Amino acid sequence: MINKKIDTVQQAVEGVTDNMTLMLGGFGLCGIPENAIAELVKLGVQNLTCISNNAGVDDFGLGLLLQQRQIKKMISSYVGENDEFERQMLSGELEVELTPQGTLAEKCRAAQAGFPAFYTPAGYGTEVAEGKESREFNGKMYILEKAYEADFAFVKAWKGDEAGNLIFKGTARNFNPCMCGAAKITVAEVEELVPVGELDPNHIHIPGIFVQRIFQGKNYEKRIEQRTVRTR
Amino acid sequence: MLDKNGIAKRIAKEVKDGYYVNLGIGIPTLVANFVRDDIEVEFQSENGVLGMGPFPYQGEEDADIINAGKQTITTLPGASFFDSAMSFSMIRGQHVDLTILGAMEVAENGDIANWKIPGKMVKGMGGAMDLVASAENIIVAMMHTNKKGESKLLKKCSLPLTGVGCVKKIVTNLAVLEVTNKGFKLLERAPGITVEEIKKATEGTLIIEGEIPEMEIA
Repeated sequence: MINKKIDTVQQAVEGVTDNMTLMLGGFGLCGIPENAIAELVKLGVQNLTCISNNAGVDDFGLGLLLQQRQIKKMISSYVGENDEFERQMLSGELEVELTPQGTLAEKCRAAQAGFPAFYTPAGYGTEVAEGKESREFNGKMYILEKAYEADFAFVKAWKGDEAGNLIFKGTARNFNPCMCGAAKITVAEVEELVPVGELDPNHIHIPGIFVQRIFQGKNYEKRIEQRTVRTR
Repeated sequence: MLDKNGIAKRIAKEVKDGYYVNLGIGIPTLVANFVRDDIEVEFQSENGVLGMGPFPYQGEEDADIINAGKQTITTLPGASFFDSAMSFSMIRGQHVDLTILGAMEVAENGDIANWKIPGKMVKGMGGAMDLVASAENIIVAMMHTNKKGESKLLKKCSLPLTGVGCVKKIVTNLAVLEVTNKGFKLLERAPGITVEEIKKATEGTLIIEGEIPEMEIA
């Protein structure tokens, strides 16, 4: 077994420096690497480019890094729910690259899988296609999108073992598996870290080969953005 | 004239047995409430779930189980979870049978705009561009006019586009229309609405052939 376990959140962010490009898993506040984000705030690194489907809310998730003005550029598909984000974007302090959600996922997956680029129909004929190569296949138009190049990927899983194998839960899976192995270093935080042998190999969603560091996360808040219920 | 639930009810009639359906945020979400219960339909949410069920009972909310609107949900027997790349493989790969989404503007050639108002609202397109570029069967659910009373069915969209030539059918509070290569073809009128009223509220080319029946919403 190749041991990927680290003991502290400080080790998780070791090597992250100013101007780096980071991938961060999660959809809204669901399945975000809460521990790593908190530690990146403490570390105080600046001018980050962050690839993440959303930008958190004002006081949680990536909103915490935005508050401290640590993010230079945000690459996302949807950025509502965050007033500070909107303020920084409209004032020009923050650069924003809006990308269709499926394209964002595939640009991560392409990096993971070793594809430099791919064609997608999403965004053809819109602002998203500006400056990009377009091409017809079987009578339909597509645009060329390139794989991301990132320094670190921070992901959150439900369970993991010391070999870096990961299992996700519910819709907290989202972008996390696509980002594993899509950056130079992938750091996974898990709710439950178990010794090797405890997870059934049939149940592994992401094999440890895609993960360089794994640690037991703490104090998960798991905030709910829209609490919707029905009455009995 | 229909209210939001009325639009959803009419669209629910387009949902057929065996369909996998993706519902956008807003009126489209309501469609799930009106699908006949004698047919089998599975709802896909692009954040990674197929087989979405109703909202959870109070106290049973799970932060790890949400829909694309970030609302807490439940799953039905036979449901599955998957990652974002696989979710859009379902969408881009045309495995989803029907996509229902809202719009700010639709043009008579099927162009749609629903993600950005320059200088005012820039929240992002989310999965909308992937959905409209890929789905073969797209129904737009929207009000016929905006808050100022201006038509949302136009000759040409004025807002930044989400997709080109992709909308097939539109259900509004006034009418059901089909996008043809000659313009919007009027198929049905909302209860109590005249063809004249629909003409007035439609800026784009409106094709009216023969008697236009009133919608049946049971």
